[in-house]
Amino acid sequence: MSKFCEKLNKNKFVITAELFPPKGTDVESLMKKSDLLGPIVDGINVTDNQRASMRLGSMAICRLIKEKGYEPILQMTCRDRNRIALQSDLLSAYVLGIENVLILSGDHNKIGEYKDAKPVYDLDTVQLLTVAKQLETGVDMVGKHLKGSPKFCLGAVVNPTASPVDLQVIMMGKKSQAGAAFFQTQPIYDIEQYKGFLKLVSQHKVKILPGVILIKSAQFIKFLLNMPGVNIPDKIVRRIEQASDPLKEGMKICSEIIKELRSFADGVHIMAIGMEEYIPEIIENSK
Amino acid sequence: MIITVQKPLEEIIESLKQYKKIFVVGCAACATKCQTGGEEAVKKMADDLKKNKKEVTGYKVLDTPCDVRIVKKDLSRLPEVKAADALLIMACGGGVQAVERVIDMPLYPSLNPVFLGTIERIGIYNEFCKICGDCILAETGGICPISRCPKGMLNGPCGGAVEGKCEVDRDNDCVWVLIFEKNKKKNVKEGILKKYMAPKTYSKPVKLNNKEKK
Ligand code: SF4
Ligand code: SF4
Repeated sequence: MSKFCEKLNKNKFVITAELFPPKGTDVESLMKKSDLLGPIVDGINVTDNQRASMRLGSMAICRLIKEKGYEPILQMTCRDRNRIALQSDLLSAYVLGIENVLILSGDHNKIGEYKDAKPVYDLDTVQLLTVAKQLETGVDMVGKHLKGSPKFCLGAVVNPTASPVDLQVIMMGKKSQAGAAFFQTQPIYDIEQYKGFLKLVSQHKVKILPGVILIKSAQFIKFLLNMPGVNIPDKIVRRIEQASDPLKEGMKICSEIIKELRSFADGVHIMAIGMEEYIPEIIENSK
Repeated sequence: MIITVQKPLEEIIESLKQYKKIFVVGCAACATKCQTGGEEAVKKMADDLKKNKKEVTGYKVLDTPCDVRIVKKDLSRLPEVKAADALLIMACGGGVQAVERVIDMPLYPSLNPVFLGTIERIGIYNEFCKICGDCILAETGGICPISRCPKGMLNGPCGGAVEGKCEVDRDNDCVWVLIFEKNKKKNVKEGILKKYMAPKTYSKPVKLNNKEKK
């Protein structure tokens, strides 16, 4: 069982953070960030060509993180690979020591840099979770026996701010039934709304790590507000807009949210989008 | 029906640049409905070709140019076809290739086929079926997530559905929200969405017959 999975099972407040592989082969600054995060978080998510933007692969970075003794979470999207490649990559990840896999549909390439690419989406998220579970039993999708089988700690995403929310609740049930042991969410700024969502999904015995994104500037908050399904209370928008140092204020907001989450949530998933060096301070101030 | 749009005229003229005498083939079925290959469109194309210094030996709007039998019967023996240097086919790729199968002459398409479409009204087409070979409409209350969800999600929506709109194109409804809401309204009892939808087969029940007849 992965270290991350053990921590999830211990019912402690679990902290994950997210890193983006670079566009190119220079991993130096990314690995520096992993050194900052590795010792203080329970898992480091590595994104899979986020926003369909073509980057260095998640699996390679996860392996590098693993070699440093930290706990990587491989993000795997359904966008770019068919069922043959997906299964093959799951086996490869396991052989490289990567056991935590977060399965998501992936941002469509139409809204990214590669509008002309052929999207694959051969399997959907519920199916890919099911397939990963099946590989664990030693057979592949067509029923062939595997010589050596993997063991994963599988995760999925849920969006508590999507609407209609009933559909997200149903999807969460399907994903958990398919084998997702943990969930990470889109950014949460409205704690009360999140608490409401938790009530709706309380029957599923899974761990949910709500997402927080570091708001780094007044401009960034505009970008966030334009993102579908991100709900930021006016109070927070005003605090950023009126702050003399918006980044500092953003960090403070993050710490405050995490502090509140500590009292009732399973953990938190921190996204700092390029500003990961501030995460240690955010965590420190949330205690 | 197969929805087509015309290629830019410059591209068509460029593809015909080695040829002087052109015969134009139209389509009385889909391309007529799309106004891209019917009588009117063919005549307009003949005029445009003439304006670009081509000689048009003739034209023919075939009932269904995608039917090899029709091409054989109604096109292959026309003397105006034989008199031409090249054929310009105003039909979908199925039509172009039926003609290719029958007539050994240089031939060029004038249309870009885009999808199998449901017609709302003139110029408003919806891709509601991707002809996947194994229809699952029975499971979804008659609304197809394969064609109408950009991610082809079979088990329900992704996390991007907000206020019922699709994350890939906010002008569009998320098809899973549609499936959910409409089936609720129609009182469909089978619990759409509750059940696990297994990965689809993409192997088709009809074999590709890709052989040249000797
Ligand atoms: S499931 Fe969708 S794409 Fe497949 S045949 Fe039916 S309508 Fe067409
Ligand atoms: S929002 Fe709905 S229609 Fe759009 S990609 Fe997601 S599931 Fe598909």
